[in-house]
Amino acid sequence: MPLDTYEFNDVIHRCFRCGYCKFPTNWMDVNNCPPYARFRMESYSCGGRLWLTRAWLNETLEWSEHLAEILYSCTTCRNCEVKCPLSFNVDIVNMVVAARSEMIERGKVPPAVRRFLENIDLHGNPYGSARSRRDSWMQGTDIERYEGQEYLYYVGCTGSYDTRAQRSARALATLLGKAGASFGVLGNHENCDGNEVHKLGEAGLFEMLAQDNIERFKALGAKKIVTLSPHAYNAMKNLYPLYGGDFQVFHYTELLYELFKEGKLDVSNGFDARLTYHDPCFLGRWNDGYETPRRLLAAVPSLRLAEMEKSRDAALCCGGGAGNFEIDLLGGGDSSPARRRVRHAAETGATVLAVACPKCLVMLEDALKAEELEEKLAVRDIAEILAEAGGIR
Amino acid sequence: MNAIYQALADIVDAEHVSDRPEELYIYSFDLGTAEPHRPDYVVAPRTTGQVREIVRLANREKVPVVPLGGGLSLAGLAVPLKGGILIDLKRMDRILEVNEKGRYAVLECGVSQGQLTSYLAAHHPGLTHSEPGAPPAATVAGNALIHGQGDLAQPYGFNSDQVNGLEVVLPTGEVCRFGSCAIGASWFTNHPLPDVGLFFGWCGTTGLITKLSIRLYPAKRIRGVGQFVVEDEELVPEIIGRVTGTQMAEDVIAYSRAIPPFGLGLQHFTVNIAANSEKELEFKQELIWDDALGEYIRRGDGGYLGFTRGLEHPQISKTSDYKKGGGFEYVGSIMPIEKYPECYRRGREISERHDIPYTVTGRCVGVGHSMMFAWTYAFNRADPETMRQAREALHETDDLVLELGGVIWKPGTYGQQLILGRLDPGTRALMRRIKEVLDPGGIMNPGNWEGI
Repeated sequence: MPLDTYEFNDVIHRCFRCGYCKFPTNWMDVNNCPPYARFRMESYSCGGRLWLTRAWLNETLEWSEHLAEILYSCTTCRNCEVKCPLSFNVDIVNMVVAARSEMIERGKVPPAVRRFLENIDLHGNPYGSARSRRDSWMQGTDIERYEGQEYLYYVGCTGSYDTRAQRSARALATLLGKAGASFGVLGNHENCDGNEVHKLGEAGLFEMLAQDNIERFKALGAKKIVTLSPHAYNAMKNLYPLYGGDFQVFHYTELLYELFKEGKLDVSNGFDARLTYHDPCFLGRWNDGYETPRRLLAAVPSLRLAEMEKSRDAALCCGGGAGNFEIDLLGGGDSSPARRRVRHAAETGATVLAVACPKCLVMLEDALKAEELEEKLAVRDIAEILAEAGGIR
Repeated sequence: MNAIYQALADIVDAEHVSDRPEELYIYSFDLGTAEPHRPDYVVAPRTTGQVREIVRLANREKVPVVPLGGGLSLAGLAVPLKGGILIDLKRMDRILEVNEKGRYAVLECGVSQGQLTSYLAAHHPGLTHSEPGAPPAATVAGNALIHGQGDLAQPYGFNSDQVNGLEVVLPTGEVCRFGSCAIGASWFTNHPLPDVGLFFGWCGTTGLITKLSIRLYPAKRIRGVGQFVVEDEELVPEIIGRVTGTQMAEDVIAYSRAIPPFGLGLQHFTVNIAANSEKELEFKQELIWDDALGEYIRRGDGGYLGFTRGLEHPQISKTSDYKKGGGFEYVGSIMPIEKYPECYRRGREISERHDIPYTVTGRCVGVGHSMMFAWTYAFNRADPETMRQAREALHETDDLVLELGGVIWKPGTYGQQLILGRLDPGTRALMRRIKEVLDPGGIMNPGNWEGI
């Protein structure tokens, strides 16, 4: 394919490969681009990806599975966009996503990506689990189905299927219930939110998912949606409006903080620990949601918050974005972003690493085991921490 | 499987060696106008021992070795002109020691400027280093090796003058140390042992630097930049002389550029000033702006444009996007300051002849002892014609540097050959003997200083 049909044909050559994109905000190292941190080869840097993309589109370089893996290893964490000083920085991730779309158009994607997308198409989740098992996370609970309550609690694929993330999904439901929030869930009628599908460049499948969800939400009369995952939050808040999905979308930390301010969220039991907080990319860099999680944590008696050197817009991605929590192009080895991140957390002296994303939760807990830090550090979702502080076991 | 590939994977690990088209493509490029050449292998070692083993392998196999730091010289110095093994040294990025009392830092060769700046700010806020105008991904070692200059060049000179010691893997695989560390002492000085300065300015053709010690300097609490402007380029040398004569500035730069248009033909100065107190700052400002430059202001020849507190560290460069084209390259020269007017005029002519908006910059090195004068040419990476024009302008400028009595800084292969053509025969013969002794197989970054 000649370059001139590529959406960012007039932009992509502007990357100089100066390397700003590798740094965090405080310049402390060049390990804040997840794929570059993992492999430390220029091909995996943000600039490398753009130059390789351009070479492929120019037919200077042939497609290969390795090329595709380089492209799909980008977690779309947006660190590059934060650090690049040039005016095209807002389109860096879009350039990667558009290149992925070109690969998909030609049927040239890594097998793991193909499986990921097939599973979502077939089963509504990337794991290949049956749709009928989507509500397994709520078995044995009295969580209500959504029937016009104030909030539709959208759990998402990871909270629904992953056994570790299911605990955080249940903790949030229990917290909301105890705070008197009116909410319901979709259970087996929930479908994938499509955020990862969008970032993997499968625009057609994303559109189907978005429209399916929007129609379902509208048919049920949902006006307010609260999500467990920042990924779903991002899709529903920023992408669904393009398809007519104008809902009020909240990440759960936003709703919990409102409930706390109204005096409805009881955290009086406190949480006696030194804790550090990992900013999820799709809450932080994508949606500027840095302060609310911290305000919530600060409201908990006995909890001592210790920031990692890389936090807020300098936070290192856990490596799970853009489907990589399942596709896993960045896993293995002690330089994986998740393993680097739990080491950052351990350096603070914290005994708890708090997260606000089920994907981060799973990624970082696995990394904790690989780093053999389990006796020093535990990964907990903020919902779980608040539940404990509220006396919910 | 290819035997060299397998040997490299055994030395490092399979993840940090590649002979795949994607890595070979990316590592074939300089970021400037140099033509790409693909390496045969790319390897990213983590330790000096691994570097040594790679070099020994290259000797056995008679394969070229090309060391790469930040890759930001823009002179094509790490383009594998004859293929071979490209060694990306950026994984060797540990800051090994900062000695506050002795004011030095020992670094692995892959430590970036940004990393050191950030580390000092966080852990040793009373210390700073001479940070070049390059992007923060440029390595400290690479910059020193090309005789770079930073924002403390005015008081302390070239960054290569600020090196206290080196650890080097020679082209035949031996590991050597230079400076006080060579006798087991700390890395606090490069003197007074016999001078074996065989690695600076050699473009990686005599060995690979794996560690270095650099001097650090007091970081004053208040740092800022004052600006001054004149129209007449003939005034620039004496203004630089007057400012440096006060010995009150940390950095003195004169520049002129066509964009933005209101600056066309004007000569701007930035003068960095640092102080620990308001009193000290006021004193220094008075000496510079009133005593040294007040006369120009009173005569109406120059204007003081104000003082801005705070220095951007690391500095952010947007030069590459001037033409929304993703590319620029410059010819740097080390030049007598008196040559500024001619450098400006001739450089502007070259730019205009090649339809490139001119940008010229002169940074004072030492107390008026010389300046690094640079002519910058932006190009559009998507337009081969603008790249060709920029390349021609660069070559013309290389010629101009020598014509004006300067020395080409970090010359690419074209500039190297110009220099060799003028080099004192005795010096050239000595360089040839050194090269033959150190690198009998001719494996180190071949194509550079070719034909010594």
